[in-house]
Amino acid sequence: MKWTVLAIVALLALVLSVVLGPAAVPLGELLHSDIVWNLRAPRALLAFLVGGSLGVAGAGLQALVRNPLADPFLLGLSGGAGLGAVLAIALHLPGPWALPIAAFIGALAALGLVYRLGLIGGASLDPRILLLGGVAIGAFAAAITTAIVSLADAAELRNAFLWLWGGLSGASWDSVLLVALYAPIPLAVLLAASRPLDLLALGEESASYLGADVEKVKRRVYLAASLLTAAAVAVSGVIGFVGLVVPHIARLTWGHRHRSLLPAAFLGGGALLAFADTLARTVVAPRELPVGVVTALIGVPVFAFLLKRWTI
Amino acid sequence: MTAPLLRLDGVRYRYPGATQDALQGVSLAIAPRQFHAVLGPNGSGKTTLVRIALGGLMPLVGRAEVIGIPASQWARQDLARVVGVVPQREDNLFPQRVRETVLLGRYPHLSLWGRERAADHDAVNRALAACDALHLADRWLWTLSGGEYQRIRVARALAQEPKLLILDEPGISLDLKHEMGLFELVLGLVHEQGLGVLMITHDLNLAARFADSLLLLEGGRPVAAGAPNDVLTQETVEKVFSWPVAMQTVDGRPQMVPLRQPKESRA
Repeated sequence: MKWTVLAIVALLALVLSVVLGPAAVPLGELLHSDIVWNLRAPRALLAFLVGGSLGVAGAGLQALVRNPLADPFLLGLSGGAGLGAVLAIALHLPGPWALPIAAFIGALAALGLVYRLGLIGGASLDPRILLLGGVAIGAFAAAITTAIVSLADAAELRNAFLWLWGGLSGASWDSVLLVALYAPIPLAVLLAASRPLDLLALGEESASYLGADVEKVKRRVYLAASLLTAAAVAVSGVIGFVGLVVPHIARLTWGHRHRSLLPAAFLGGGALLAFADTLARTVVAPRELPVGVVTALIGVPVFAFLLKRWTI
Repeated sequence: MTAPLLRLDGVRYRYPGATQDALQGVSLAIAPRQFHAVLGPNGSGKTTLVRIALGGLMPLVGRAEVIGIPASQWARQDLARVVGVVPQREDNLFPQRVRETVLLGRYPHLSLWGRERAADHDAVNRALAACDALHLADRWLWTLSGGEYQRIRVARALAQEPKLLILDEPGISLDLKHEMGLFELVLGLVHEQGLGVLMITHDLNLAARFADSLLLLEGGRPVAAGAPNDVLTQETVEKVFSWPVAMQTVDGRPQMVPLRQPKESRA
């Protein structure tokens, strides 16, 4: 029943984002319209894939760092990606892929630094240090980013600022294909870690007594969730709240078992972002809101409402 | 002769950077249907002993074996099918119901993608029944009393269908009824299911009443080992716990009563 509802919601979000838009396309011509095929359809699919990836990455990281407030971007990736993207803009790097590639490299650099910091205490990956290191690296990268943006001229500054708030206007069939080929690998790694992730909620010691290979699981989950987030941020910028709110909504309905939680977070995250992107491009048409603004505007009130149930 | 469930042989361990051994010369062997208790004051090495027994730490000298195989060589999942542990502390990150948390005990028996089978749910029910907790199955964990929660944690370890059960200070913060109830439950499992039990505790009297064999540690060294009547003598207890005691006998087992020691008479 709840899976049916979720599937319908997800499908509805996809259909709406293809049907609605600033340009009026009559329903009868929907299937023949260039706007639909070349703009709306890839954009809807990319929104869905990115939202789903962020939902799954958030759910995995929350279990890993044992903190329900963890968000995929809390671990420094947004700072690194932002720095990479802003550098690409400031240096006028040419070509349509310069920005996503620079953002991806920035995210990977942050990932590597945070991972290294997490191992600072020895051979064991410490989730608390991952969290602290992520916040610190993110803040450091954001400081450099702000310094660069403050030296840029007005048009560049606007581009950089908009990118930092996330947006899917760069969507193309190429980017859809890229994410559709890339994301299944880390998604499968996270899904395969479902049971150990359930156990980690009891703490590392208890998890190992119940048969989890804790060190392996921590590394796999951190790397897979971060690689998902890095790809998401490369194609769509920093889209907040999907990775924080969606796992919690999914938990309230599906419980804490990751085998059902992760797929639910994928569908829910996809639906939320597709829906948010539809709003972002229609409410102030012909201009566009950064989709991160919309996810925050929807996500925060929903989250506040859910917190009431959470604290029972 | 079959190998004992757990066997420690002349184990010495020192934490990296420490100036003293955490354990030295510790030996122990637990067979099925045996209830062993490890006793000692705080910092005597009890928890280190559990970590060594489960392969979390490697002894610098000596051996630690589970069913004849060095503890550190076991894959965690295989070990969890043989040894169930009730750790001293744990906090559950997310709200969970009793049946869900006991089902976690079945995880070592599941394949990577496999679902829980009817046999797994049967094992959960048996574990809950053995702990007299079937009626709690649909409750949220946070609504349980301390004693009920401990029983659920024992049930989760039983759902693993282990041969050896290790409990680390299980009676801590329990009132009399729940503490006695828990010890009776564990002894019942030894008698009825043939489990071997290793219990870490600093409650000398309960250990002496329930366990077949005691190991008394002081500063990581074994002070005495064997049947309760041989281990818990007035002299040994006073020396290890640095407090005067009187010894009595209940049900044929030694019981210790700490004596008053007013401030002015203390040396």
